[in-house]
Amino acid sequence: MNLVELKSVSFGYRDEPVIDQVNLVIREGDFIGMIGPNGGGKSTIIRIIMGLLEPWSGEVIIPKDINIGYLPQTHNFDNRFPISVLEVVLSGLLKIHGITTRVNKKDKKRAMEVLGKVGMADLAKRSIGELSGGQMQRVFIGRALISSPQLLILDEPVTYVDNRFEQELYNLLELISLETAILLVSHDVGQIVSSVRTIACVNRQLHYHPSNQITEEILESYNCPIDLITHGHVPHRVLPTHLP
Amino acid sequence: MILDFFKYDFIMYALAASLLGSITAGIIGTYVVTRRMVFITGGITHASFGGLGLGFFFGINPLLGAAVFGLVSGIGVEYLSRFHKIREDSVIAMMWSFGMALGIIFISLTPGYAPNLMSYLFGNILSVSSSDIWIMGILMILVLALFVPFFRLIQYLTFDEEFARTSRVPVSLFKYLLVGLVALTAVVYIRVAGIILVLSLLTIPQNTALLFSNNLKRIMWLSIGIGFLGSLLGLMISYAGNIPSGASIIFSLVLLYLTGSAGKAIFHARKKQYKHP
Repeated sequence: MNLVELKSVSFGYRDEPVIDQVNLVIREGDFIGMIGPNGGGKSTIIRIIMGLLEPWSGEVIIPKDINIGYLPQTHNFDNRFPISVLEVVLSGLLKIHGITTRVNKKDKKRAMEVLGKVGMADLAKRSIGELSGGQMQRVFIGRALISSPQLLILDEPVTYVDNRFEQELYNLLELISLETAILLVSHDVGQIVSSVRTIACVNRQLHYHPSNQITEEILESYNCPIDLITHGHVPHRVLPTHLP
Repeated sequence: MILDFFKYDFIMYALAASLLGSITAGIIGTYVVTRRMVFITGGITHASFGGLGLGFFFGINPLLGAAVFGLVSGIGVEYLSRFHKIREDSVIAMMWSFGMALGIIFISLTPGYAPNLMSYLFGNILSVSSSDIWIMGILMILVLALFVPFFRLIQYLTFDEEFARTSRVPVSLFKYLLVGLVALTAVVYIRVAGIILVLSLLTIPQNTALLFSNNLKRIMWLSIGIGFLGSLLGLMISYAGNIPSGASIIFSLVLLYLTGSAGKAIFHARKKQYKHP
């Protein structure tokens, strides 16, 4: 089943196109890694899928009953806002409960369960502003997970988090990917290729690569100059992963 | 003397206004403070002075003119802030002073009758009439009608607007409704605290409450209680010392805030001492 479909979607700021005629289909069971240079349009595609931007042209098809969990790249909130960690995670249920959203015991139990998964259960009652950047990121991942979405979109999830949680996060994602489609955005290929099943390369246009085997030649042919180069040493072939 | 206090109608009206005002301003002010709209609210209040002057000039109810100006400027700023092309704070400052200027122009053009400007600038809770109480009551009902059923939605969209926008809820509609209520609250309570002082009802009790809680609902309840206590205290000081009520209420509210801050500091110092003897 198609969860999300983009048909030749274009978008830009002023006259400058950021993405041009992008086609993308996300199906059940997908685990897509989206890579590409800074400013290449990764976040723009995500924001279009999430309904935060209206495309210039093209079609975005998302069935009404599809629930998408979302971790934005940047968080625009006042960290002195009086809200507890538990309450932030519960806000992920807003799209399920609608405008008169209420929270019952079951919801709270579910929120604690999710906080356990991201290792934040002990801090449930803390104010969000008292947390470190990495801890906040875990809480926002919890907010994306609480509604048990069919598709999880994570925009640069490892920004701010430490190495240990980064590994934990990838393990968690692999577990989640057994029942949830995932779209994982990163500007750093090396990190994500070992987890994902397919790769989408975004640099104004989107090139879909139906495996996670990526070589520099492939990237070049996609016009997708990314971290293979900026890391200083140029691996000829990134990853052969262990096949499942 | 305390019993004397209650035998006048105007005192009863003042008490009713204090209670209604504490509830309305307690809730709306919590929204204003946590969404960091204090400056916008100041702008709305002062812009409404233009409507006040217009009301005098055309011989219509000045508060009606003020309400229209308040609503237009509030909704206008909320609308403009969606486009990041403007410097929001500069626009507010222009609106703020332009409203005041318009008000002065219209009042000076109004022939004959010169309204008591002091009462609009500083307010007088002792001049509240029964029709004012009605208006305050209706406004309180409107505020409750928005905040009781939609409390969590309002909390979430205030905390992280963009995330709320991804949740298929009408975020913009609620933001306009909320800024509308902020404008109406500011204008209705000009009667009590005046254009210059009304901001204090919307910020001081809330910041006192914020000293003690990180729970939005509890902050609203605390703000209501602190606001009411401060108003009562202020009324008594006003009565006893023959001081303008707006000033004495704000004096009391600040006194409560300072007491709260000091109390919190002492409590924390003791806790520390206990932990590290």
